[in-house]
Amino acid sequence: MTETTRAWLLSDAPQTRRQARLGAIYQGWLTFRANRLAMGGLAILLGLLFVAAFAPWLSPQNPFAQNLAERLKPPSAQHWLGTDALGRDILSRLIHGSRVTLFIVGTVALIAPVIGLFVGTVAGFAGGWVDQVLMRITDIFLAFPKLILALAFVAALGPGIGNAVLALAITSWPPYARLARAETLTIRNADYIAAARLQGAGPLRLLIGHIWPLCVSSLIVRVALDMAGIILSAAGLGFLGLGAQPPMPEWGAMISDGRGYILDFWWVAAMPGMAIFVVSLAFNLLGDGLRDVLDPKGGRE
Amino acid sequence: MLTVEDLNVWFGHAPERVDAVGSASFAVGPGESFGLVGESGSGKSTILRAVAGLIDSWSGRIAVAGRPVAGSRRSRGFHKTVQMVFQDPYASLHPRHSVDRVLSETLHLQGMDRIDARITRLLDQVGLGQGFRFRYPHQLSGGQRQRVAIARALAAEPRLLLLDEPTSALDVSVQAEILNLLADIRAERGLSYVLVSHDLAVVAHMCDRLAVMRAGRIVEEMDAASLRAGRAQGDYARALIAASAGYVREA
Amino acid sequence: MSPLLSVRDLRVSFPTRSGTFQAVRGVSFDLGRERLGVVGESGSGKTMTGRAILGLVRPPGRVEAERMALGGESILDLPESRLRRLRGARISMVMQDPRFSLNPVMTVGRQIVEGYRLHTGTSRAQARDKALEMLAAVQIRDPERVFHAYPHEVSGGMGQRIMIAMMLAPDPEILIADEPTSALDVSVRNEVLRILDRLVRERGMGLIFISHDLNLVAQFCDRVLIMYAGRVVEELPARDLHAARHPYTQGLLNSLPRLDRPVDRLAVLQRQQGWRDAPPAGTP
Repeated sequence: MTETTRAWLLSDAPQTRRQARLGAIYQGWLTFRANRLAMGGLAILLGLLFVAAFAPWLSPQNPFAQNLAERLKPPSAQHWLGTDALGRDILSRLIHGSRVTLFIVGTVALIAPVIGLFVGTVAGFAGGWVDQVLMRITDIFLAFPKLILALAFVAALGPGIGNAVLALAITSWPPYARLARAETLTIRNADYIAAARLQGAGPLRLLIGHIWPLCVSSLIVRVALDMAGIILSAAGLGFLGLGAQPPMPEWGAMISDGRGYILDFWWVAAMPGMAIFVVSLAFNLLGDGLRDVLDPKGGRE
Repeated sequence: MLTVEDLNVWFGHAPERVDAVGSASFAVGPGESFGLVGESGSGKSTILRAVAGLIDSWSGRIAVAGRPVAGSRRSRGFHKTVQMVFQDPYASLHPRHSVDRVLSETLHLQGMDRIDARITRLLDQVGLGQGFRFRYPHQLSGGQRQRVAIARALAAEPRLLLLDEPTSALDVSVQAEILNLLADIRAERGLSYVLVSHDLAVVAHMCDRLAVMRAGRIVEEMDAASLRAGRAQGDYARALIAASAGYVREA
Repeated sequence: MSPLLSVRDLRVSFPTRSGTFQAVRGVSFDLGRERLGVVGESGSGKTMTGRAILGLVRPPGRVEAERMALGGESILDLPESRLRRLRGARISMVMQDPRFSLNPVMTVGRQIVEGYRLHTGTSRAQARDKALEMLAAVQIRDPERVFHAYPHEVSGGMGQRIMIAMMLAPDPEILIADEPTSALDVSVRNEVLRILDRLVRERGMGLIFISHDLNLVAQFCDRVLIMYAGRVVEELPARDLHAARHPYTQGLLNSLPRLDRPVDRLAVLQRQQGWRDAPPAGTP
């Protein structure tokens, strides 16, 4: 980037709307970039995206091709991560499985926080009986252990990756609702909200234009940090046979398949386990980095 | 312009109810600048917020430009007539909205036309150049934020401005600029002000008349000349004037 | 008579994204058994000066000075253990808002006792007596009751008096007061200042009074330092304030509204570029 562009972005007196917006994004990027661990997390996740996008070209072999003569072979030049109980190449299955992981993570990340934001801000802003009703509904969902509730949904809807994801999304929103509500309660009394009210702003405009932008930051951070948990929950469902169905190479299901061979053929379960570990770690690091950038309290003068 | 009669404001419900203002009555004529002074907890800011419609729990009569108001509902007409400037410049602007967004949203809500031209003119009137238009609050100093808050209040072209300690959180040198700005605006537009402050010197400079509050009640009303001369009738007002003269060292 | 505190060319800087920010740029002064006022607006570096003396500037902030000596011994770059022995016992600090400087979950008495015992190592009973004695010294009428009260149960003025009691219990040589009355109402302020006045005089302490209120500092202190952009721009005896020479000081004085002098427009301070680097007025 040239020196003038950089100065333009960092300028304290932006001349246009666009300059101000781009400048704010660039400054956020600089804060993020200063955090080496967060950059590491971002790199890993970009790698995951790349692998998922180019899976068919990157995977050395067909993830579904069974070769019983080659079953349970340790890592070698031919099978970099070894083979599983049906002789399928683990590396290829991991690569294709990344798509499944991304699908799960992406869907839940899109659905749960949105529900949570909506419920939480409406409850916090409206107060009174609306708040009570919405919070009691939230409490009901929170009362059940997440995995058990997801199991119940999947059992009712039928096994399959789509239903598993839906179940996870439905059970993940309560913490986001609580978070959004807490933020809303604080923001609600601020002078800038009062000032907007004095201009005649109605509740909808206040909610969407003023309160949501401030809640979104903490939600994004929270979602990134929760991604690890989501992956593990999806893996848990897969492990129990209620998520991805065979022969789909979902990482959790792969661990389940390797369960019986863990002592003598450790790689069958350990490799997908490592993959889950690495991606979860990456999300955690990313979430930490995002918090430094987005946390409004940190930015206060 | 503003009539307040027998105003009581409370917070909470019995038995924890706190009476913030009791039986307050005063009137502000058109073009007049009225001060409300008192120490912290005297209820002066509370009166302003009740008038503005930010508090629901009050009784008594409040009338603006002859029209009475009730509860915390205010009409469109009210918002065009009465605006408020808040105390803390760091809390009165939305942290994610640029100056441009604040002003255009305000103008939009007030149903104004030619928004672009009006924004330019407002920024000029409060002494901020066009270079400030797209800044975010964290790129503005305290005095600059307060100017934006004043611009926001003026956007509606109100006739009555409620000022809640507008310069308390500002540096001394910035305070002088903001007070001059407010005085200029009032002279240009013939506005009425209700200025709340704990600083007697500021009130004496900015206001024609004032009321002294203590523990939620108005204990005295006087004009600025009497304040300067120290001609107070009540003991409390006298003590307040004496205390603000500063500290006298024992020999 | 050698000064209690001697500071030469104090510099405090913080690294930021756009370069190093210098909060304090070469401040020098001596403090004897007197009251020294340090006046400045926000960003002048006055609070950082106080914190630097107490060693409260955390990395990545940096404190450098040619000399910073308490009673002849250097207190610059001391290890944290030595600084801890210094703070409270020899130099104390009273801050602006007792709501934020008193621990909300401990009773008042316990905080005073804890602080006192930390520095003097006396028994709990003796410390308790000392605490009650100090509470009475700051004119709290019912020391026993306040001893057992929590900070949120006392008013602002009383909270500040409690802070003073706590900070003066170990009998320090120097007290740094950072805007001690800014959060208080006018009537309470004078009372707190009177108490501070008496205690400082009786104990022969040195007082550094940091404030943005020039008039108050002039009334309360013996000498005044005016700071601007991290440097001292003027130093003069308090009684000579009306004859200040530096345009910044004059500007500050003139821009305040006064009850006794009505003006049409308040004089606005015109900042000049040269103030940042010119030598202070009033120095030989």
